[in-house]
Amino acid sequence: MAKKFLMGNQVLATAAVSAGAQVMFGYPITPASEILETWANLCQQNQVLKILQAEDEMAAGFGMIGACLAGVPAFTATAGPGNVLMQDAFSMAEALRLPTVAMIMQRGGLSTSTVIYSQEEVRLTCFGGNGEGFRVVYSPANLQELFDYTLKAFQTAWRYRWPTFILADGYQGKMKGAVEIKTDNLGLLTKNIKPILTKGVNLRNCYNLEEEIGEIILAYQKDFQAKRGKIEEWQTYQTKGMEIMLVAHGIVAAACRPAVDQLRRRGIKAGLFRPITLRPFPAAAAGRFAKKVKKVIIIESALGQLASLFKDELAWVATPLVEVNKPAMGFTPEEIYETVASLS
Amino acid sequence: MKPSPAFPKVFKVSSKPHKFCPGCGHPVILKMLGQALDEMGLAQKTIFLVDIGCSLLAWDFFDLPTSQTHHGRTVPTAVGFKMADPQKIVVAYVGDGGAYAIGLQHTISSCLRDNPITTIVVNNTVYAMTGGQMAPTTTDAEITTTTPAGMQGVTTLRGPELLKPIASPQAYLARGSSRQPLMLKDYLKKALATQIKGHYSLVESLSACPLNWQTDARQTLDRLESLEKVFPLGEIK
Ligand SMILES: Cc1ncc(C[n+]2csc(CCOP(=O)(O)OP(=O)(O)O)c2C)c(N)n1
Ligand code: SF4
Ligand SMILES: [Mg+2]
Repeated sequence: MAKKFLMGNQVLATAAVSAGAQVMFGYPITPASEILETWANLCQQNQVLKILQAEDEMAAGFGMIGACLAGVPAFTATAGPGNVLMQDAFSMAEALRLPTVAMIMQRGGLSTSTVIYSQEEVRLTCFGGNGEGFRVVYSPANLQELFDYTLKAFQTAWRYRWPTFILADGYQGKMKGAVEIKTDNLGLLTKNIKPILTKGVNLRNCYNLEEEIGEIILAYQKDFQAKRGKIEEWQTYQTKGMEIMLVAHGIVAAACRPAVDQLRRRGIKAGLFRPITLRPFPAAAAGRFAKKVKKVIIIESALGQLASLFKDELAWVATPLVEVNKPAMGFTPEEIYETVASLS
Repeated sequence: MKPSPAFPKVFKVSSKPHKFCPGCGHPVILKMLGQALDEMGLAQKTIFLVDIGCSLLAWDFFDLPTSQTHHGRTVPTAVGFKMADPQKIVVAYVGDGGAYAIGLQHTISSCLRDNPITTIVVNNTVYAMTGGQMAPTTTDAEITTTTPAGMQGVTTLRGPELLKPIASPQAYLARGSSRQPLMLKDYLKKALATQIKGHYSLVESLSACPLNWQTDARQTLDRLESLEKVFPLGEIK
């Protein structure tokens, strides 16, 4: 297996090739632009690959939808205000169950905001649109995972046919490091790739009767609930004898690990539960741990967006819960250590 | 004169009678498109994408792979489909609001890029589906539900003319009318032929909306005819 020294955004574009993607539709926005730029360069080397720098994010999103309807794996990448505009396309993908793949590199939240980092796009990515959040959202935590979960995102999208997201952030996108470029059995499951809009198929997203769409939503919900067990992913760290359960996702979860080590050295029985899929949220697994500990501490670079995913599905857990929120700001391991130590 | 065939072969019979109002221009335009596809032998490779607007009522009009999209987003969906499967003939069927207001950036950009798709714009000078509000094509003194006093002094948008300066030399732009179906069919065939050659085409058709215009049969035809003074028919490029 080849190792390459790459920037996070380059990892994502490189992984998309390995995953079998053929077309990228995008619109420049910091901190995601290098994904489009890298793909543009990859197109020079590989004539099968295509790119459209669209006129805006709506065009990019719907261009991706067009390609998916034709049965060609396609993706897009955006952030912040671009993620807002793309919800137009994502909501249609959700309604028609189209296998779109989008890389969301979170930047600061509230409007244009800052251009590098936050975890303020959790709610938007999981539930954006006038729907029920029938989406799969992966939150990777390091460069290798950017690669691995991109491979997986395409497989999940075409297998289960829900819009699928890689939700990372500008820190991860701009970070550089060595990444294993895997080309083995992780490639797209080709049997699931086929044209969607074919002879005899007439698709609509507009209905006459309340009952018609109501029944569709209920059928989608049934299917989403039935499949979630196969899709949900999480990771735990130091759960043996865990009394204080930290819950964090993405790069904040990465910062929690050394903090947990330090807390353990001080005799505080901390551990980490990290949801990798934010949607569907790995509620059953989180609940198994949460009910046994003395305290749950949810840590995030937003005002309770991860916490609300947790609480929505785990209201039955009686364990005291504390939220550590730093909206749009990053965490150092030391800071997490000190905060958790003071709460213990 | 040879009589026109009653039903184009590409019609989906099970969805007829169609869902448009009596006297509407949409089914006339769709019939001409159906005949054009039949006569050119393109039915087997055509993909039909419809906007939200009264065009959405055509979601099962043809025996063609068809999808609704969102209001204004049919053109980029067509562009993406065509990029992914260049062998297909891709038709975007859009209202004047979809093509010239909410989706104008896509209309302009797809023309500028010379994307090999065919956009059909149904120009009824109003937002018909939502009850007759003003559109970019609403004419000077026209009363709509959101311009109760008319809108004197505002320039009406003429789509093909707007695109002409930016269109590639090989692109095709024309304006027909549901009042003159055979002329419209001729334009549609030239547009599809342009797509086959790998270039951009757009055909606008003036189209009657008796429901929102609140016109009877005679008044509808008169109004369509008088619209030709504001929106001249012909091949624009
Ligand atoms: C994003 C969005 N905004 C508004 C609407 C409501 N809407 C539905 S159809 C329509 C106007 C359609 O007008 P036009 O494109 O001219 O088509 P027509 O109905 O006249 O054929 C509007 C505004 C919508 N569906 N989506
Ligand atoms: S509202 Fe107007 S455009 Fe729509 S179907 Fe009726 S007549 Fe046709
Ligand atoms: Mg209209």
